[in-house]
Amino acid sequence: METRELICINCPLGCALTVTMEQGKVVKVEGNTCPKGKSYGEKEVTNPTRIVTSSVKVLGGNIPVVSVKTASDIPKEKIGACMAALKTVAVKAPVAIGDVILKDICGTGADVVATRNVAVKI
Amino acid sequence: MDRYDLIIIGGGPAGLAAAISAKEQGVTNLLILERDQELGGILNQCIHNGFGLHTFKEELTGPEYAQRFIDRAAELEVPYKLQTMVLDISEDGGEKTVTAMNRKDGLLVLKTKAVILAMGCRERPRGALNIPGYRPAGIYTAGTAQRLVNMEGYMPGREVVILGSGDIGLIMARRMTLEGAKVKVVAELMPYSGGLQRNIVQCLEDFHIPLKLSHTVVDIQGKERVTGVTLAEVDENRKPIPGTEEFYSCDTLLLSCGLIPENELSAKMGIKLSRVTSGAVVNESLETSVEGVFACGNVLHVHDLVDYVSEEAKRAGSHAAEYIHNWKEEAIKETWELEVEPQNGIRYTVPQTIRPEHMEEKLTLRFRVGAVYKDRYISVYCGSKRIFHKKKKKMAPGEMEQVTLQKSDLTAAPGLDKIIMKLEEA
Repeated sequence: METRELICINCPLGCALTVTMEQGKVVKVEGNTCPKGKSYGEKEVTNPTRIVTSSVKVLGGNIPVVSVKTASDIPKEKIGACMAALKTVAVKAPVAIGDVILKDICGTGADVVATRNVAVKI
Repeated sequence: MDRYDLIIIGGGPAGLAAAISAKEQGVTNLLILERDQELGGILNQCIHNGFGLHTFKEELTGPEYAQRFIDRAAELEVPYKLQTMVLDISEDGGEKTVTAMNRKDGLLVLKTKAVILAMGCRERPRGALNIPGYRPAGIYTAGTAQRLVNMEGYMPGREVVILGSGDIGLIMARRMTLEGAKVKVVAELMPYSGGLQRNIVQCLEDFHIPLKLSHTVVDIQGKERVTGVTLAEVDENRKPIPGTEEFYSCDTLLLSCGLIPENELSAKMGIKLSRVTSGAVVNESLETSVEGVFACGNVLHVHDLVDYVSEEAKRAGSHAAEYIHNWKEEAIKETWELEVEPQNGIRYTVPQTIRPEHMEEKLTLRFRVGAVYKDRYISVYCGSKRIFHKKKKKMAPGEMEQVTLQKSDLTAAPGLDKIIMKLEEA
């Protein structure tokens, strides 16, 4: 039996979790105050994931970059590869919140979407 | 001269939520004045996620959160002026005069019945920190770096040391790392972090960035550009301990050393400010010491969560609406007012005063503690009667806390001049 102490990152409460594992499998999550905490605890010790937020270049927009995020969480070890992939992207204005900037980034199954509107530069 | 019922100073999250709420309560003759070229305020540069968990029950990025409010304001046809700087607010016989300026209208002198202060806060700059050393290029506040990276597309440096572990500093440690910079260390003067636990995990630990508590910058090297900084450990009086100096070569120093509500306009107007929050002293209706002037958001006290800013601003908006609807009706001027006295570990509360007769059935008081406390009770006393008692496992200065008071508890003790809020041992 093995235990790990974690801080849940789902919300600002930052609950202190204790995850108990047996032979690589999670048997118990304690300290969470909501169901999200339980699933975070389980995921964090087996396959930790994160939402990645960044920005990409915009051509012809009223601002030079547009903020983006992965539409769902991706494995933590893919963060570096995703950032490298985003560096090669440039989009044309106008951009609207939710526009897909890059489909299925690095084979994670997650699309990268815009998180702000960018109007065409006048 | 243009006459308004309500002028809102600032078009960030607080100003937008306040305007929306006032409009929803029937105030149609209102105006937002914003100094930037777009609405949304600081949220526009906060491209990370974690916003809106309370308000929308989903996790949004800053710009997405702002856009929801901008869209709602547009739907309600809330008028606003951008790139407009407010220079002065004054009051005469109840009516307020707002003096502002922009390129299109030139000087604007606007009359209004009520004002909502929603100017937000700004970062403590190097000049306010007394850091010894040279003054080379490469020293930025974390928020300036955030704007450069996230909105203007520039990287301010490659090798970074961060002083201060406030949330913006932590967020920028991750952001700079993701963009290819090497963040060598985050130093924090206090023995605890000023930021949220979740940010320490996902911004520092995820990227193996060390956090040095009880450490500060004692020297900055470099003539043209920063070439390195020297950190030292500090003792319990926050004085550097000789012999603990450690040199870090870097080209950039980011400062995340606290936020200060931006209250020059309020001070000039004669509004009573709190020495602890640097924001206005307000009553249960978020009204300042000047009648008809309300405050909300980070100009009132620095928040951790925009969700709470929106909620607070919504209340300011509806109280301003109430004030406008009762304009010039001879209301009872002298009402019973209680002071909320923070004691024993509690640094401040907002609101600072309560008029029980004006209170809604329930009132949320927000507060911060002065140090890290474990297993303490938060108690509120009305005379000798305890009206609130709740145990908290952990409280830290970086995390805002709240209690909810019942109107009936306060009206049951007429004539009392103060209630006491304190921490008690379990």
